[in-house]
Formats: sequence, C-alpha cells, structure tokens
Amino acid sequence: MSRIDQQLDGRDRGGPAQPLILAQDLKKHFPIRSGLLNRKTATVHAVDGISFEVRKGETLGIVGESGCGKSTTARLLIGLIELDDGTIVFDGDAVGADLSLKEMRKSVQMVFQDSYASLNPRLTIEESVAFGPGVQGLSDPPKRARDLLARVGLDPDRFGQRYPHELSGGQRQRVNIARALAMSPRLVILDEAVSALDKSVEAQVLNLLADLKEEFGLTYIFISHDLNVVRFVSDRVMVMYLGEVVEVGPVEAIYARQAHPYTASLFSAMPSMDPDNRTLEPPLAGDPPNPVNPPSGCRFHTRCRFAEDICSTAKPRLDVFGSNRDHLAACHMRVPFSGHSLADVETSP
Amino acid sequence: MTSSPLLQIRDLNVRFHGERTVHAINGLNLSLGHGEMLGLLGESGSGKSVTLKTLLRLLPPKRTMIDGSIEVNGTDIMTLSGKRLSRYRGGDVSMVFQEPALALDPVYTVGEQIAETVMRHRGIGRREAMEVALDMLVKVRIPSPERRLKNYPHEMSGGMRQRAMIALALSCRPKLLLADEPTTALDATVQIQILLLLRELQKEFGMSIIFVTHDIGVAVEIADRVAVMYAGNIVEEGSIHDIIRDPRHPYTRGLLSANLHDVARGTRLEAIPGAPPALNIKPASCQFAPRCAHVMPACTSALPPFVSPGEGRRVACLLERGRELA
Repeated sequence: MSRIDQQLDGRDRGGPAQPLILAQDLKKHFPIRSGLLNRKTATVHAVDGISFEVRKGETLGIVGESGCGKSTTARLLIGLIELDDGTIVFDGDAVGADLSLKEMRKSVQMVFQDSYASLNPRLTIEESVAFGPGVQGLSDPPKRARDLLARVGLDPDRFGQRYPHELSGGQRQRVNIARALAMSPRLVILDEAVSALDKSVEAQVLNLLADLKEEFGLTYIFISHDLNVVRFVSDRVMVMYLGEVVEVGPVEAIYARQAHPYTASLFSAMPSMDPDNRTLEPPLAGDPPNPVNPPSGCRFHTRCRFAEDICSTAKPRLDVFGSNRDHLAACHMRVPFSGHSLADVETSP
Repeated sequence: MTSSPLLQIRDLNVRFHGERTVHAINGLNLSLGHGEMLGLLGESGSGKSVTLKTLLRLLPPKRTMIDGSIEVNGTDIMTLSGKRLSRYRGGDVSMVFQEPALALDPVYTVGEQIAETVMRHRGIGRREAMEVALDMLVKVRIPSPERRLKNYPHEMSGGMRQRAMIALALSCRPKLLLADEPTTALDATVQIQILLLLRELQKEFGMSIIFVTHDIGVAVEIADRVAVMYAGNIVEEGSIHDIIRDPRHPYTRGLLSANLHDVARGTRLEAIPGAPPALNIKPASCQFAPRCAHVMPACTSALPPFVSPGEGRRVACLLERGRELA
C-alpha cells in the first residue's frame, strides 16, 4: 500500500523498488581479552555474515533468543558499533562511500528497551527531544519538540518541563519515540521498545506506533522476543540463531508453516492460551549455546532433533522454501539431495 | 482434601513510609489449599511481589506497617521471631526469585549453598547434606549433576541457574513454594522447560505453589487457579478456565485483549487507557474506575464489594452486582 506513497517521498533516491536497507554479509566479532597482557583469548561471533533487505514502508520483525545477534545487528545498521566486514546500502547509496555516516544517521533512528537509561536525566524531556534537531541544524528545534510531544500523547505544557524520572515507563517510551521522530527519519529501529512495558501500556504504544508509521511514511525494524507482538506488527519476519539468519519470510507464511526446526521450536514454546491444551513437552532441551566458539556446520545441530552427519559438517545456505519466493530458510532438510535423509524433494521448486 | 487451608491471609494491609507513603497492599484476603497451584497475576506495582515478601517476612520492619493476619498451616506467622522465624523461612515456605544470578551467592558453589541450607534445617552432617544436594540437582534434571555440584553460579547458563535455585528452594521440602516471576528473565524455549519442571515437581512433592507473573500466557501454562491483582488488592479470582473463557472484571478483560494472542494484524488494539494509580493514599473507591470504560457514579464513591458469580469465583466490580440483580 505504501509503495505509492513512497514514490511521492522527496527523500526517495533509489525509486520505490529499491530496498531502503540492503545489508550484505554483515560481520561483527567481539574479542574477549584476559590475562596479564590482555591478550585476545576468544571471540564472540555476535553477527556472522548475515544478509537481508528492508523494503520501503514495511515492518521487518527480528526474533531470536538472547545472544542471537538481534541487537548487534541493529547497532551495526545505525553505526553505533563498527562493522568488521560487509556493506550497508541505504536507498541505493553505500554507507561510508556514497553516503556519510552522519548523513545516514539523520534518516535512521532507534528506540531502545530501557526507556530510562536512554534519556539524559539532566535534560527536561522537551530539551531531550529538541537536542538532535539542534545538533543537525534543523529549523526551530523547540517547536518541533513540542509538536512531537503532543503527537505522541504528552501535552507539552504539562509534561515538557519534566525530567525523565518524573514520568512513568510508558510515558518515557513515548518521549523516546518523539525524540527518534524529531530527525524526520525514514527508518526507525525499535529494539525491544515495548518489552519492558506493562501489557496494558504496551497496547497503547503499539497503537501509537501504527499511527505514526502511516502518518510519517516510516519503515520499521521491530526487534522483539514476543512472537505475538511480532506477528501483530510485522510484514516480514527474520529469525536469527547464534549470529546467523535461519529463516526469513512474510509473516503469514512463517506463522502458517515454519521451514526451519529452530523457528518451529520457538513457535511451540509460545504459551498456548488454552488451559485444556497445555504444552506437555518442551520443544528444546537446554539453553542456547554460547556465541563464543559456535557449533560447526548448521549452528542449531546441537539442539536439533533432526540433526544428521551433514548438519555438523556443512553450513546450510538460505534458500527458497516452498512456493513463496520470499520465504527463505537455511536448513539441509529443505534442500533436495543435500545429503539429509529428510530432504524434501517434492515441495522444493 | 483437608478442611483447613494451608494458607489463610485475612485483611492484609501493607504500607511503606519513607520519603513518600505507598499503600502497597489494601485489604487483601486469600486462601490456598494443600497441593494447589495459584497464579498471582498483575502488572508492576500491583502488589504481587509485596504479597510474597510479606509471606516470608522479608520486608524491612522499620519502614513497613503491616496489619492483618497470615496463617500458614495454622500458625500465625506475624508472631514468629528468632529461631522459629528462621525455621519457617526455607523450611515451611521458600521462594524462587526472578534473577537467580542475584539470588545465589557468587562465592560458594551451588552444592555448598544447597548443603548449607539442608544442614541448618535438618541438623545433619556435611557429607549427608551434599548427598541431598546431589539428589536435588537430579530432581531438577540438571545434566551431569556430580560436576554441576562443584560449579559456581557464574559457570552456569541462565536456565541452569534457575534450576539450581529451584533445587535450593525445595531442598527442605517446603509445604509452600513462592515463585516470583521465575521465568521472566529467561528465553522462551527455556521458560517453557522451567514451567514444565515446576509442574512435575509440584506433583512429585505435593506442595502448594504461588506463582507470581505478569504474563497471562505463563499463568495458563501453570496455574489451577488465578487471582488478578490491581492496586494492591485482588480484583478477580477464579479457575484458570473461568478467567480465560469468561473474564468478568474490565481490567482482566483488558489484560486478555492486550496479550495479542490471535489478534489480526493491522487491527486497532483495545488498549486500557491511562496508567495504574500512584497509591499514595489508601484507596476508598474502585482504583480501576479512572481507566474503566464502564465506570458509573457509584464506582467512585465506595470500594466495590466482592460478588461471587460461581463456585470458587469472586469479582470486585459493581457491574457484577448489576448482572446478579438482572
């Protein structure tokens, strides 16, 4: 629907079909140093060669367990941490080459999980919202701040002069959203932005996010561990496991049929909401492995009940699953003649 | 089963005073039978955790005013002190916390911590206590328990630590286990493992559990009965079936629809407007009224009485009385 609106967007450089973000082979490894000489003793493979796109006007949901690299991915996209390898193309311009990081940051904003830690405690909320536009030299930052506070449901006369500690968690998260929008961004990354809120407040903020998306023609990346929320907000979903993408596709397709056994386990770990059909068997045993020294081959093979020899030796590629060309999964069972005994020859194109 | 309940809380009020006064619990009544699994559901500030801490007498006495009575197995626990209080804590009633990394002592191994508790409560020797500790790690299904006994908490994963915490809490076979959001900090695939473990252990040990959670989905997986708390009191109580299939209090209904289970994409959520009250004065009327879509003049003039729309159910809402009269 928003494809047509986007054509009218003056900021659109690459045309409506050009993805807003094209991430290629992103890599980020963190060294662990220890000992007297502070030598590197191990490496955390936080994000390990992932590629994906974010299309104009869509909401891309990113799900996965702790340590899977969701937040590192978000931080790489916005340039909060430096890439080890890979390229990010923003609306046709390669970041760092055609487009400076500073320019890109005007267009990409982020809202974090901890609403309190992400606001300066010494600035009133109006000053916080006006700060970014002031630095970037946009017109009349105070007016911009007041308009946006009003837009997110905080009366600027009543709340504008308050400090973050004088607000509730839900109100603070509204301030963070207003601050992100103050730069007139095209992409907003919401990193567990509603996870810390109470359920009744979460619903209010989700409604607000939906309204703002339409009003300002925004694109969202929505990171969450709550699959119900991701289903509600996303157009497409990307599932990550230990620094890699294991499955990506349209939300309906993935919720209807999960191609990767890890995605399937995540879904069966969701509460049933039916007291007569409670979960009887845990879908997975143990915790996710440590991203230091991840398993060989398919990283999920240590917890997968379908694992065979091929899974520990060869890394599966992201490949089209079923008839939907948008639905990709990285699993040997989904590749004909991969060497896995359950490789489904019939359903593959 | 038995005629007298295991736990009986009557007219409990808890007030904190300091820089500002907070009326955390306001006239709470609750009873719990032997072997029952109760889910205490509510949002932050509703008084769930304060209820549990009051039960263990963990609140700082200088800044807390408590009145009302709490009986566990016929003993008034508000009168306990000294040795009897120590024996009660961890012996009759014990607790599992949300953050096992903070609740466990980082400088002792898991085995030593469990053994210490067992030695204190049962007066047995160290070697024997270590055997009990090992047996407990087996019971909570920790893989290679002999090795894990010698692990420090930081050497374990989050899920494993929570299992160790449960082993510690159950090592003296309490009659009542208080679980304060024990799965909130865990990943979804680990959360369901811990919920299933608690369900099995509850059957095996025959104890009662009060499970505090803000997640209605978790309550469905574990509880027989659910009490929904708001602003320091229960607003609705009933079997998990009743609460899920036929929620009566507008707050419970709002919570259920905010859970987003099977909500079509792009529809508008029926969000409860506003935020919970500050509780700096003692409630004299329905605390949910300012956020309620069905508010009537009578709601703001007096506390709503409990109405019982069925066996084992109660709802504190004037709408129920209207339904009863109709």
